[in-house]
Amino acid sequence: MAKNFKRLIIYKVWRFYIDGFKDISSWGRSVWIIILIKLFFLFVIVRLFFMPDVLKRDYKTDQQRSDHVLENLTKTKL
Amino acid sequence: MLGSIDLTPLVDWSRAQFALTAMYHWLFVPLTLGITWIIAMMETMYVKTGDPEWKKITKFWMKLFGINFAIGVATGIILEFEFGTNWSNYSWFVGDIFGAPLAIEGIMAFFLESTFIAIMFFGWNKVSRKFHLASSWLVAIGANLSALWILVANAWMQSPTGTAFNPETARNEMTSFWDVFLSPVAINKFLHTITSGMVLASIFIIGVSAWFILKKRETRMALRSITVAAVFGLLSSVLLALTGDGSAKQIAAVQPLKLAAMEGLYDGKTEAGLVAFGILNGQEKRESGKPFAVKLEMPKLLSWLAFGDPLHFVAGINDFTKGNAQQGILSIPEKIERGTIARETLTGYKNAKTAGNLAKADSLKAQFYDKAFLDRNFKYFGYGFSQDVNYYVPNVPLTFYSFHIMVILGFGFMLFFALFLFFSARGELPERKFWLILAPWVIPLAYIASEAGWIVAELGRQPWTVQDLLPTIAAVTKLDTGSIIVTFILFAVTFTVLAIAEVNIMVKAIKNGPKNEGGTK
Repeated sequence: MAKNFKRLIIYKVWRFYIDGFKDISSWGRSVWIIILIKLFFLFVIVRLFFMPDVLKRDYKTDQQRSDHVLENLTKTKL
Repeated sequence: MLGSIDLTPLVDWSRAQFALTAMYHWLFVPLTLGITWIIAMMETMYVKTGDPEWKKITKFWMKLFGINFAIGVATGIILEFEFGTNWSNYSWFVGDIFGAPLAIEGIMAFFLESTFIAIMFFGWNKVSRKFHLASSWLVAIGANLSALWILVANAWMQSPTGTAFNPETARNEMTSFWDVFLSPVAINKFLHTITSGMVLASIFIIGVSAWFILKKRETRMALRSITVAAVFGLLSSVLLALTGDGSAKQIAAVQPLKLAAMEGLYDGKTEAGLVAFGILNGQEKRESGKPFAVKLEMPKLLSWLAFGDPLHFVAGINDFTKGNAQQGILSIPEKIERGTIARETLTGYKNAKTAGNLAKADSLKAQFYDKAFLDRNFKYFGYGFSQDVNYYVPNVPLTFYSFHIMVILGFGFMLFFALFLFFSARGELPERKFWLILAPWVIPLAYIASEAGWIVAELGRQPWTVQDLLPTIAAVTKLDTGSIIVTFILFAVTFTVLAIAEVNIMVKAIKNGPKNEGGTK
């Protein structure tokens, strides 16, 4: 019974979103297209090709990262 | 390796890139922060009165909020990417202090905003009126709480507290969550930022509504919207001024050099006046004792506003560069000396550790937990990175003009709301053509004031990424400057396209009006 109730709730939430997207207005469609293009651009193009996490990419352990930053904190001079 | 990179263009381009993305991001945020409250109020009127006109009004502004939210959402993620790419030393140095608030923000934003925004837009006629109303209020609360966590992190950068530096990991570790969360800088910053969003949103609603009245369309909706926005805007602008005063007091306490730059004050004095309007001289003249070509000053007001005492001494830029023993102000050269000792201690620790001299390493490490060393030396750690005194002085003209533009516009907005409220109460709005024509043009001024506020906050604290501890030259990742120029152009183009898309969709939605929103049947 409890299992059925849970399923019903999940189904209702699912329908709520599906119906919401089905009934979306024209301006809603435009902004959703912009959102999807933007998310693709940010998380695929920008993140993968232009903005890596440098310390994660270049060093394997936290110890190495600490050493690298320590090196910068002690050697950098203007 | 570090010596082979010219740091100045690298830092300048990295800063320019961060400023560009932050300022574009901030074009989208304040409207979301403010308009959600006004929408929730309008919907409350609908639920209380049952008048379908309020439903139509609510749905119309909700549509404009939806466009702004959708276009602005996730633009802030680029800033987080930049921390990892361009400011990797900074990201590591600040450690969990930045990570924890941002993680809480992410979870909160996801659950509160995503869930309740869906109900806001999809839930009409599917959930009860009261449940829908509760969702609208929760969207407003959730959006503003999201801002809280970002601002707590920013406030820590302006005034680091509740943390300790661990020389072994080269990171700051949180010692008191509550000291970080409830720091007076954080509280003031949060309140000042959200009230600025409320003011901007009120101006946006009045500006758009004024256009409808001029076009003789949806006049009833426009008049009601103006009344709500004028009342809300007037109250918000008073709160904005009060929280601005609170922020100035905090700046006087923790970033006094920024306050001096905001006021163009070179030689400190008692009974310091507040510059209401001024034109600065060139650098040479400014530094030789004649900072202003023209100025209008309100006597004693700066001393009173910054310290609650009209006779109080307010330090000027020269008091910091040269020091003022009488007022107990250390000179920048003294701070450089103390910071250099802190850096040398860190270098000694690193070298001893590398050489396997653990006894020496332990003894040097212990200094970073010794209060006397922390207060005398580590507090000025960041001053050890450059011997040039001028490096530690922010750009005075930009800070000064941004501050004054923000304040002058802020008081102008208060007057603007009062006038619209007055006309609205007397039922004269449709006849006040001049003010109706002016109102839409005030919208860009609200954005200028909002951006100017951030310029004061961030440019006024240069060269620090973390006040007195980490200057930009130490925070920046040693990358090829050319690659940063490429991403700068990429982001400039992307954000410009997004801004144009937003304005176009928004203008189209405004021109269409609330005709498809229903509610009047």
